[in-house]
Amino acid sequence: MMKLLSVQGLKVSIRTDEGIAQVLDDVGLDLERGRILGVVGESGCGKSTLIRAIMGILPRAATVEQGEIWFEGENLLVFSEAELARGVRSSRIGFIPQDPLLALNPVFKIGSQLLEIMRWHAPHDQSQGSGRGAERRKRHVARLVGLLKRLQVPDPETALERYPHQFSGGQRQRLLIAAALACSPQLLIADEPTTALDVTTQHQILLLLRELVGEFGVSLLFVTHDFGVVAELCDDLCVIYAGQTVEAGTVRSILDAPAHPYTRALLACHPDRATSFRGIPGSVPSPLAPPPGCRFAPRCGDARAVCTEGAPPQARSTSGAEVRCVQFA
Amino acid sequence: MTAILSLRDVSVKLGGSTGFLRKSIAPVQAVRGVSLDLHEGEILSLVGESGCGKTTLGRTILGLQRESAGEIFLDGKPVGDLPPEAARGARRAIQYVHQDAGAALDPWWSIGRTLAEGLLIHGMRDRAERRKRVDAMLSAVGLEPAWGRRYPHEFSGGQLRRVALARILLLQPRILILDEPTSGLDMSVQATVLNLLLDLRKQFSLTYLFISHDLSVVERLSDRVAIMYLGRIVETAPARQLFAAPAHPYTRTLLAAAPRLTGRRASDHGSVRGDPPSPALVAPGCAFADRCPIAEASCRDEVPALRPVAPAHDVACRRVPVEQIASLRARRRA
Repeated sequence: MMKLLSVQGLKVSIRTDEGIAQVLDDVGLDLERGRILGVVGESGCGKSTLIRAIMGILPRAATVEQGEIWFEGENLLVFSEAELARGVRSSRIGFIPQDPLLALNPVFKIGSQLLEIMRWHAPHDQSQGSGRGAERRKRHVARLVGLLKRLQVPDPETALERYPHQFSGGQRQRLLIAAALACSPQLLIADEPTTALDVTTQHQILLLLRELVGEFGVSLLFVTHDFGVVAELCDDLCVIYAGQTVEAGTVRSILDAPAHPYTRALLACHPDRATSFRGIPGSVPSPLAPPPGCRFAPRCGDARAVCTEGAPPQARSTSGAEVRCVQFA
Repeated sequence: MTAILSLRDVSVKLGGSTGFLRKSIAPVQAVRGVSLDLHEGEILSLVGESGCGKTTLGRTILGLQRESAGEIFLDGKPVGDLPPEAARGARRAIQYVHQDAGAALDPWWSIGRTLAEGLLIHGMRDRAERRKRVDAMLSAVGLEPAWGRRYPHEFSGGQLRRVALARILLLQPRILILDEPTSGLDMSVQATVLNLLLDLRKQFSLTYLFISHDLSVVERLSDRVAIMYLGRIVETAPARQLFAAPAHPYTRTLLAAAPRLTGRRASDHGSVRGDPPSPALVAPGCAFADRCPIAEASCRDEVPALRPVAPAHDVACRRVPVEQIASLRARRRA
């Protein structure tokens, strides 16, 4: 089966005052249609850069040095900015941000903000009459109201006439999920969409996302640092450390039998698993001066001499996950 | 065990104004008749959704917010109903650790200077002595004494939490109010901070009031848990018992909603309807009745009082009969 999204060997560097930071160094992930892929890593490991690279909104100082981003059979890296803006972002890839309040303009009504997205990005459907003007807008309003109703926003008809501050945090996140779904994308990318919410609201949103993936036939790339959320929501998991994919496989196989020492250490920090609160010694290496060989070797309990000599090979763990560690070679 | 701190029917009103030629605004009642005992040496967790009044309660215990009714006892002596400055004076043994440790430090002052200032304010004139204490405290929280010359921006998030703890501990408190001490930290750093908190409690014989909404952390860390909903305590129990046999319907939905590693799929089970309500508009009767899966008409008649359902386990719900708890625990044991 063709993958919906496949990132291979992606290397991104960013020029800074202190030198060149290798933020992503050989990241790879695969997302199949109708599945939910969780991307997990500590802050500073390159999660946000990865998302930005996929959507083509890397900062100007960043360069994609190597790699491919295949989306529906096309390499997004050869697209021009105009092609990405008009033909990919919002229309084929929807984005759900971390902080819904920052993503909404406080002085415009919800309706005008969401309809603006649809005016630019919704597909023109010739069979439904003229593709422009009042009629098109009417169709968009109808679709939005339907979506808001499905997303359980109270009073969907009048919601479009209200301002962002008139909604609670959970409702704002629902509005942005509606915005992401408005143009019927094939892929949704969510960047820690529930970290700002209470557990009860988070639970509602996770439940909703899971249902929507089935109902709308979209796939979801879900970035988080919370293994609990991954365990409840995701089908597949990709663990990133210092700009590299260190372990990838199904959620079940990785949670049941984590293979990479980093995954094991991270899971051992989770209060549900921890026998004692030890944490991981040291900190994530600076992308300006990554350690030689395995990036995790300086913090790894199982590190051997060979770990610092060369890049660790891609291998397969006993549970079937892809692991970047010499132990499994 | 003796109660080091006791609250009796404490209520707090926030805001509101009455003025000549101005529209009067009704105050928001953020805390409604809370009675709570904090025992010497324990870790009591205060859990609830945002807006439930847990931070206001913390500030009231600290003396930064004056209670509108009720009594507060520290070591059996009443310390309530005082103007803010006097209240702080009487409650020097209680200190507060901010949620955002970085924001609580002056970016233009070295860490050492910030730490020493607290000692100076509390009357320690001897510079060498101050220096010695600061160095000792920095090592106690796992930082190098030489780092006292550094500035806040040179520290990572986890290190800033350590600095914040050092600053508070220099004042030799007996009770620490920890307001979401690990929010915004990575899992690996969170673990080390929690570990440090447990170490420090032993080393300095501290008592913790731990304000949090991360139930995984609460379960691992606390001795007792108090669940708060819209200004009221709805359930208190020893941590193990609360997580094994939650009795209040709100506690049950809260536990069911928390993402856990056990891998239970997100399901409708335990999903609460609606948003966390606003403390400005509280319906009469049980405040949770509108979102409660087992509410009945009589729930809206009067506010349910906390009553014991098991030893040290109190619940404020009229729909939870004592027998049900007994059977829940029996099933658990079987």
